[in-house]
Amino acid sequence: MANPDTSTDPSLLKDDDASRRDVILIGAGGFAAIGGAAMLWPLLDQMNPDASTLSLASTDVDLAPIEEGQAITVMWRGKPIFIRHRTAKEVEEATGVKVDDLIDPLARNANLPDDAPATDDNRAAPEREPWLVMIGICTHLGCIPQGQAPGQYKGDYGGWFCPCHGSQYDTAGRVRVGPAPQNMYIPPYTFTSDTKITIG
Amino acid sequence: MAHPSTYKPSTGIERWFDSRLPLPRMMHDQFMVFPTPRNLNYWWTFGGILSFMLAVQIVTGIVLAMHYVPTPEGAFDSVEKIMRDVNWGWLLRYAHAVGASMFFLAAYVHTFRGLIYGSYKAPREILWILGVLILLLMIATAFMGYSLVWGQMSFWAVTVITNLFSSLDTLIPGLGTTLVQWIWGGFSVGARTLNRLFALHYLFPFIIAGVVILHIWALHIPGNNNPTGVDVKTPKDTVPFHPYYTIKDGFALVMFLILFGVLLFYAPNFLGHADNYIEANPLQTPPHIVPEWYFLPFYAILRAIPDKLLGVIGLIGGIGVLFFVPWLDTSRVRSTSYRPIYKWFFWLFVIDCVALGYLGSQAPEGWYLFFGRLGTFYYFAFFLIIMPIVGLIERPKKLPGSITQSVLGPESK
Repeated sequence: MANPDTSTDPSLLKDDDASRRDVILIGAGGFAAIGGAAMLWPLLDQMNPDASTLSLASTDVDLAPIEEGQAITVMWRGKPIFIRHRTAKEVEEATGVKVDDLIDPLARNANLPDDAPATDDNRAAPEREPWLVMIGICTHLGCIPQGQAPGQYKGDYGGWFCPCHGSQYDTAGRVRVGPAPQNMYIPPYTFTSDTKITIG
Repeated sequence: MAHPSTYKPSTGIERWFDSRLPLPRMMHDQFMVFPTPRNLNYWWTFGGILSFMLAVQIVTGIVLAMHYVPTPEGAFDSVEKIMRDVNWGWLLRYAHAVGASMFFLAAYVHTFRGLIYGSYKAPREILWILGVLILLLMIATAFMGYSLVWGQMSFWAVTVITNLFSSLDTLIPGLGTTLVQWIWGGFSVGARTLNRLFALHYLFPFIIAGVVILHIWALHIPGNNNPTGVDVKTPKDTVPFHPYYTIKDGFALVMFLILFGVLLFYAPNFLGHADNYIEANPLQTPPHIVPEWYFLPFYAILRAIPDKLLGVIGLIGGIGVLFFVPWLDTSRVRSTSYRPIYKWFFWLFVIDCVALGYLGSQAPEGWYLFFGRLGTFYYFAFFLIIMPIVGLIERPKKLPGSITQSVLGPESK
């Protein structure tokens, strides 16, 4: 028994031998896994928005030519932005709604805290109620709601109507008839002068 | 049936080759003398048809890729250029587009054949699971291919379907948005999106071809199922694959190609949507987004469920549930022909799938929505409730003693 066969009888292995080999085995496997993950990440991350896409951060819009009751659509980050100069009647209709009656009680306004309620004040431009600026994308599956051009059907709430699955939005862009789960989003924007805004 | 090799190399060259790379031996054993049940009907010819269609799509696809430009400015025009200027471009483009429809037609017939005759039951579960995987890959590939035309339907189909993933925001805020922007490569469907869809539309068919090889391999271990569902017992129950089934499959393929040819040459746009001849416009959504016909039943399920996330789960679950069919069906009898109760539910399920297809093409309002919900309920009830329960309570009809008896009558041995 000068040279016992440790490969068939584990009880003959000295404890410290076993643990030292395990460390090498686990260590080698662990480093291989880390190396693999480090190589996998660039292969996945290359699909995220690239530098030129991220650089398209902001858009300036001149509001001066938009008469009351008119609406325009501009592009920001490839998305349509609805800008509507609302009539007094439209503002009044939007103000008269109780937040409890809404499908989505949150303002969805990137310029306000996430939990701001969906009052008309929180949806419209600050201190400039007639102006409504929002991302013109139905929150259901991403279609563009109708209601910007004159003569288009605006739905039962006088705002926007999505032709894809029949969602309806009111004059503050809040969803009133599903299947859309949320109000249309308000992008981050600021008034740089009385008649100019910067989106983004 | 994994059968012993009968290959006998007869020349010196064959012996030399066989001892180094036995490829001729494999072809001989698996595709010439392979023992195949003698009672297969014409529903068994669709596997061959599907292999052919995969080849058609890969060959026409590679040649179209030589002329197609995957940019928002170039895509739509390059497809029109293929139609007008490229030699035979109109034929190749229509063959690829109609080919996708024919591919799905054959795939659905093939899948229903498997469901009718219990081809998913032991010992063919892995064969079935690989088949469902191929179906999923086909759906992804066809979806990406449709987007490449960059017409109105292309653009808005991509927008709507990728937006499905944004529903994950309901579970973990931000997860869905992050995932969708990763798919898009931006903040909206655009140039980056089109470019990567092109790359992946090229890649996926080769993954499909790889899984098809595994699928055929998994078929050749247990051997073919047959319309009785009774196992092969003696060599008398089988005939060699070649020439008996190569000729039969070839004949069925010719019949299938006649249908393909009629659509291709006389009604190439019959199955497509006219709006895809309008160039993509990110500012205007067509009034009705209607997917290609082969997606309609799943689209109907999506819209029948009023919740965004649950709708997406329903859409994916509509295919995902197929993975579990081998374990949901509790009956010990394979073929529906010998299952007197189950067969009624089965044919109602077939009608349900066709009805969901029709409902998917209509606006989700009023009665259409009501029947869409009813159809969706039955679709899942069939798999999750009816399959397990009927299998347990049903008394099956008497099975024939052997495949040969089912063909030649009970007196034959």
